[in-house]
Amino acid sequence: MSAPENPPLDLETLYRDSHVREALEALDRELVGLAPVKTRVREIAALLLVEKLRSSLALETGAPSLHMCFSGNPGTGKTTVAMRMAALLHGLGYARKGHLVAVTRDDLVGQYIGHTAPRTREVLKRAMGGVLFIDEAYYLCRPENERDYGQEAIEILLQVMENQRDDLVVILAGYKDRMDRFFASNPGLASRIAHHIDFPDYTPEELHAIARLMLEGMQYRLSPDAEVALREYIALRRTQPHFANARSIRNALDRARLRHASRLFGRRGTGLTREDLITLEPEDIRASRVFRNQPGGLPREPGA
Amino acid sequence: MRLTQGTFSFLPDLTDGQIRAQIEYCLQNGWAISLEHTDDPHPRNAYWEMFGMPMFDLKDAAGIMAEVNICRKTFPNHYVKLNAFDSAPGRESLRLSFIVNRPAKEPGFGLAR
Amino acid sequence: MEAATTTQAPKDPAARYQAGVLKYAEMGYWRPEYEPGDTDVLALFRITPQEGVDPEEAAAAVAGESSTATWTVVWTDRLTACERYRAKAYKVEPVPGAPGQYFASIAYGLDLFEPGSIANLTASIIGNVFGFKPLKALRLEDMRIPVAYAKTFDGPPTGIVVERERLDKFGRPLLGATVKPKLGLSGKNYGRVVYEALKGGLDFTKDDENINSQAFMHWRDRFLYCMEATHRAQAATGEMKGHYLNVTAATMEDMYERAEFAKALGSAIVMIDLVIGYTAIQSMSKWARRNDMILHLHRAGHSTYTRQKSHGVSFRVISKWMRLAGVDHIHAGTVVGKLEGDPNSVQGFYNVLRERHNAVDLPRGLFFEQDWAGLRSVMPVASGGIHAGQMHQLLHYLGEDVVLQFGGGTIGHPMGIAAGATANRVALESMVLARNEGRDIWNEGPEILRQAARYCAPLKAALDTWGEVTFDYTSTDTVDFVPTATAA
Repeated sequence: MSAPENPPLDLETLYRDSHVREALEALDRELVGLAPVKTRVREIAALLLVEKLRSSLALETGAPSLHMCFSGNPGTGKTTVAMRMAALLHGLGYARKGHLVAVTRDDLVGQYIGHTAPRTREVLKRAMGGVLFIDEAYYLCRPENERDYGQEAIEILLQVMENQRDDLVVILAGYKDRMDRFFASNPGLASRIAHHIDFPDYTPEELHAIARLMLEGMQYRLSPDAEVALREYIALRRTQPHFANARSIRNALDRARLRHASRLFGRRGTGLTREDLITLEPEDIRASRVFRNQPGGLPREPGA
Repeated sequence: MRLTQGTFSFLPDLTDGQIRAQIEYCLQNGWAISLEHTDDPHPRNAYWEMFGMPMFDLKDAAGIMAEVNICRKTFPNHYVKLNAFDSAPGRESLRLSFIVNRPAKEPGFGLAR
Repeated sequence: MEAATTTQAPKDPAARYQAGVLKYAEMGYWRPEYEPGDTDVLALFRITPQEGVDPEEAAAAVAGESSTATWTVVWTDRLTACERYRAKAYKVEPVPGAPGQYFASIAYGLDLFEPGSIANLTASIIGNVFGFKPLKALRLEDMRIPVAYAKTFDGPPTGIVVERERLDKFGRPLLGATVKPKLGLSGKNYGRVVYEALKGGLDFTKDDENINSQAFMHWRDRFLYCMEATHRAQAATGEMKGHYLNVTAATMEDMYERAEFAKALGSAIVMIDLVIGYTAIQSMSKWARRNDMILHLHRAGHSTYTRQKSHGVSFRVISKWMRLAGVDHIHAGTVVGKLEGDPNSVQGFYNVLRERHNAVDLPRGLFFEQDWAGLRSVMPVASGGIHAGQMHQLLHYLGEDVVLQFGGGTIGHPMGIAAGATANRVALESMVLARNEGRDIWNEGPEILRQAARYCAPLKAALDTWGEVTFDYTSTDTVDFVPTATAA
């Protein structure tokens, strides 16, 4: 009998029409592993969908605060997830244009007095209607330097994060420990971040799967022995300095392609097959300096 | 006296919502918005003061509206106009230009003979 | 077809140039194998041959008579590289749905024409040929001016972009009105109309085509009062205003004198009539260029040859000639007003005047691709029987770069001339605002006007007076290719 005033609420239709499904599926497809991250994104999406439904009944929702912090080591997929997040928010009507503007300290902070405010305002203007992604956000703050203009950028940022929540979503990103320290010394900023997402390092299996995905995209494949070599490479590389997860894998594969090419070039004159052109062999991987002084390694190639 | 330069001067002053809609239209067309202000709106005054640079490559009206408001707050007794510039070949000129702020009292002009 | 056997000119020159009468096709003017070159001037004629004259021979005759031929063979042809100077009819096709009529395409070599001269171009293309007896009727439908020839013309002295920058008016059609009654007002009364209309909100007022210097008002009276009115209206509104002072006169000397006086009085624009002739138009264009003046052209007289489909010159060709000759404004039709104008044809004229490059567009009557070689664009003027209630249709059909002239629709307003001008300006600005906001003005137009009229009494009065007036007659000058759904 209450049907006319209370039509059944159709979460499924909203889910479909808002293209949230596409954004989540893209996230699954494009990113290996990252289960905790995907769970958090799913939770945020669910929250926003329900908020939408509540506001359609004029239930108290308040403008949801959507600013986020993505913490994790380099190469763990923060930028890619930010891009998907922008699409997701756009589908739900929280980011009108749904674009992502990625910046670092240098884009926001000037070197001289009076330069910072216009720079920050310029970036904010570009990001309006979308998502502003600030990588290594803690560099905004340099407490050791008295004359640092970073604080000025933070003030302007804070103002916009508070007053123009409908116009802009800010995602701060960086190493977990440094982000924690940054927030501790900037409580104003910390209090405006509604969602924290931790990006764990990839497991060796995940890194291997990522490598396969990348090679597929580039139309290469690994010979069975090369698979073994790569597995060993990953295990070694993870323990070495400057390891950057997926980014390190990408770089390793690029160098393997170089060696593959010069190996084929050395064989010119003999017939090459299509197989030769697409197959990476163990020596393409084992020549890396990662294997230096290791039992499975080849003699170091010059310059590598 | 009401100065009737600009595309929409015969309409009641546009609300912020209406200004925003016009900005969105300009952005959709790929035009760059700029703001100018003056206390000398003589029709032959071709060069009002620029309020910052033309805003290229923006996606959304929100940032421009914020600039409009800063400009109005800085020069409450000036005329402020919003221009949309089209760099397409054969045009390379304004495509829209309308007043977004007027002084409380508009002095008007006398005719020198 | 018989013509196929008569297409080849005799190979032996001695035989070809024997005294006597030869078919035009046999003289070398019918060349179906000819591929027009990039520098050829191309023309498309609609020909209606007399009974018994085959279309290829008729097309060849048009090519011959509009270039080198005469009715008989002349041996003096052999003192020239005559092959080079002959126009070549290269295609003849029946007009769809019009038995007995054919489209004949003819190519003219660039050397046939004097650089930068419309008089010379037209003396060939529409010279003797239109009276030629073997044709019942002949119409010049379209022309392609090669870039090489277009570059020899100056084109519009001001053009749409610079006109807008000088006037500081962007984003909307400009508004004008012609002072009425056309004849009889004294200079002082005439200036009153100008003042009221400009102060009320129009950008321009205009002399009519036959206002020159008559007993009831000498030209200097008119110029003095109109410029006083213009300056006063500028001071009252803070906006640039203009009155098209018609400098049409009996001689070039008179026209220069009048134009110089207009300039001395501070006018931004002067006006001429099409009837002064192509040479006088080009002279005034050069004057306007030297003197930073907008040049307005009234197309007085054009309907004598543009209106009938079977005979004359299409207005799209006149539009092309006038863009080359160099005028800044030209009356080009309203679609919805009291004067002839099929929507597709009129949009074709507008595109010719305004675009940098015209693609072939048969539904709009454009038979050739035309590159305007950087010549500035001409502002079309829509004038004649239009009113504020049609604003959504006018904006839909004609776009933004146009002067909308509401003569009766301003001066005939029940609350007075200034109120009439205000009604038009409010109607226009509210329609542009709504269009930019993404509203469907074609369907919502009347509602948008009614909303605007709630705070504008003059607009309400205008809608009450003319809201229902339409001029719904069948056009005579329509296009031949109607867009039809194509099978996918």
